[in-house]
Amino acid sequence: MAPAGPFGEGMRKAAISIHVQGWLLALPAVVLLATFTHIPAVSTIIDSLFSTPHGKRPAVFIGFDQYRTMLADPVFWQAFNNNLLYALITVPLAIALALAMALLVNSRISGRAALRLAFFTPTILPMVAAANIWLFFYTPDYGLLNQIIRGFGFGGVNFLGSTATALPALMVVTVWKEAGFFMIFFLAALQQVPPDLYEAARLENAGRWQVFRRITWPLVMPTVLFVAVNALINAFRVVDQVIAMTGGGPNNASTLLLFYIYQVAFSFWDSGYAAALSTVLLLALATVALAQFFLLDRKIHYR
Amino acid sequence: MNIFARTAVAAAFAAMALGVSAASATDITFYYPIAVGGPITKIIDGYAAEFSKAHPDITIKPVYTGSYQDSIVKAMTAAKAGNSPDVAVLLSTDMFSLIDDDLIEPYETIATSEADKAWIKSFYPAFMENSQADGRTWGIPFQRSTIVQYWNKEAFKAAGLDPEKAPATWDEMIAFGKKLTKKDASGNVTQWGIEIPSSGFPYWLFQALAIQNGATLANQAGNKVAYNDPKVIEAAQFWADLGQKYEVQPKGIIDWGTTPKDFFEGKTAIMWTTTGNLTNVRKNAKFAFGVGPMPSKVHGGSPTGGGNIYIFKNTDKAKLAAALQFARFLTTPEKAADWGIATGYVATRPDAWETEAMKKYAAEFPPAVVARDQLKDAAAELSTHDNQRVTKALNDALQAILTGAKPAKPALDQAQEEANRLLASYKH
Repeated sequence: MAPAGPFGEGMRKAAISIHVQGWLLALPAVVLLATFTHIPAVSTIIDSLFSTPHGKRPAVFIGFDQYRTMLADPVFWQAFNNNLLYALITVPLAIALALAMALLVNSRISGRAALRLAFFTPTILPMVAAANIWLFFYTPDYGLLNQIIRGFGFGGVNFLGSTATALPALMVVTVWKEAGFFMIFFLAALQQVPPDLYEAARLENAGRWQVFRRITWPLVMPTVLFVAVNALINAFRVVDQVIAMTGGGPNNASTLLLFYIYQVAFSFWDSGYAAALSTVLLLALATVALAQFFLLDRKIHYR
Repeated sequence: MNIFARTAVAAAFAAMALGVSAASATDITFYYPIAVGGPITKIIDGYAAEFSKAHPDITIKPVYTGSYQDSIVKAMTAAKAGNSPDVAVLLSTDMFSLIDDDLIEPYETIATSEADKAWIKSFYPAFMENSQADGRTWGIPFQRSTIVQYWNKEAFKAAGLDPEKAPATWDEMIAFGKKLTKKDASGNVTQWGIEIPSSGFPYWLFQALAIQNGATLANQAGNKVAYNDPKVIEAAQFWADLGQKYEVQPKGIIDWGTTPKDFFEGKTAIMWTTTGNLTNVRKNAKFAFGVGPMPSKVHGGSPTGGGNIYIFKNTDKAKLAAALQFARFLTTPEKAADWGIATGYVATRPDAWETEAMKKYAAEFPPAVVARDQLKDAAAELSTHDNQRVTKALNDALQAILTGAKPAKPALDQAQEEANRLLASYKH
């Protein structure tokens, strides 16, 4: 064993070895993340500055041409607007529904366990299976929803076959599917709220709304933020139900960004343009995440 | 040496020996999709085993690759990663995409013997239209189809129509449709006259209407389309009118997948769909049904559809030769007949219909012959360079017209403009 060096050098060595150890411990995760997330993301951004290679025509550097094409592409704008609408409507609805369901199954009612299970069931189903169930609900004439509508004496609605209803029909499936999952988070949050706060409120004769507004809502706010970030990111990652239910139609009425990227990449084989679209999606998601963490964070009550 | 080391050495030698023996045989990877019902995987595996028995030096590895769309995605990505299949069944309309990416070998460069050349000429000309470009043959017809109309004979009888006669003209489509469309007391339709599906790939069914009206949607070179030809606009208007003006067809988009179910459930008296659904309808329709050729305006007609056999480029000449052997094996008259009977696809060559098996099948089930007889009026399915994008421009326009979002002319003008832009770089 080597003799111990002067005091300061020993400290430095220890510090270095702690850093090395730390990096070694993180190495598997870093390698995985880099290989499957960071390197692909960077190479996507680089690819978006090149033309798509085809056979004997290699990729050439074209600067921001793909982005100029995008600005002039009406289908991109429709997909973008559809996606915004999709996020703005499904996220608050899913959160509201999830919170309502959590409040219901958190209260002392009989059959609570069965109800919890029922609310959670949609989450367990694979999206494609859920989409196929809803495909049957939406089928014109003999589909479940149309049979109900007809039972009341109204005419049939072609939910997935008309431009006005195709996107809302997809939104309903998403809310139905996601609310159960988010309910679990809210249920956990509700059970963390100290019961003495509610007792104090009862002593003060606070109304139900007041209790919710002044105690429950502020205390579940961190969960709301967490769920909102996840739901928003999910809203931009939707692709399964679009492929299974509408194929983006009619006339792009239900085309969302990720579906459009898939179409450009694997139907049109325009990998350069698909890379540019992916870069825009990446930026949009990064902005959303950063904005939520930095702006909303300050207004949220953390214990 | 301990036992592990010895085993390892033995294994290494065995692997080397295997490697040597594998190199002397030719492995052929064969991608195929499934687009119709039935035990397709079993049939294909059977064909591969039969071929390997006759050619012990060639091993066929059949790989089921999902739908047509999944299959082209897998073939293209595998090829770009330097691991392309040797033989693949892909849509005939994928031809230009495969040529443009320099992935497939034209048959003329490998099929050089007199027998090979005669083989290329042995298929129905209508199927070859989608298989040749620039004077060369890029695909060999394998599982090909056309559109036919199926009608419910009982519904025809109930409406006072001759159950043995399908509408033969556009005027009859409207007249029959009006008689066949039934409403309940509150005015809701309980049975539609006709359904022409319009989800997913409306261009294909629309192309039948366009052909009937005397229009051709794309040129043979695949670099020019005629989306806003007045005859095309008229055909699109007629399709929309069936729902919006004459009210004999549901309004909006009609789903391709549920159309056969609508037919079985009696929700529609007539449906247009592929001949590939023949076996499905035969099994599931609980009433007497008829299968007829497309009606006519200027003349009858339907686009062809379905998949061709492509041979992928390879520097190994032995592989190309083996791939050709396999393609020829899959398309002999006997195999073409057998495949047609098993699936409902149209047997791709006239001499397949002269085989005993096919004669017997046609006698037992006359509707099988309808698609073949329609081939004389059939035209190439819409296929161009940058195919899926150029086609999507038409799909979007058609869906806009059918949902009433846009009138026919401006929608198709816009589609034409988009297609011109996309095809500009392919004009030599």
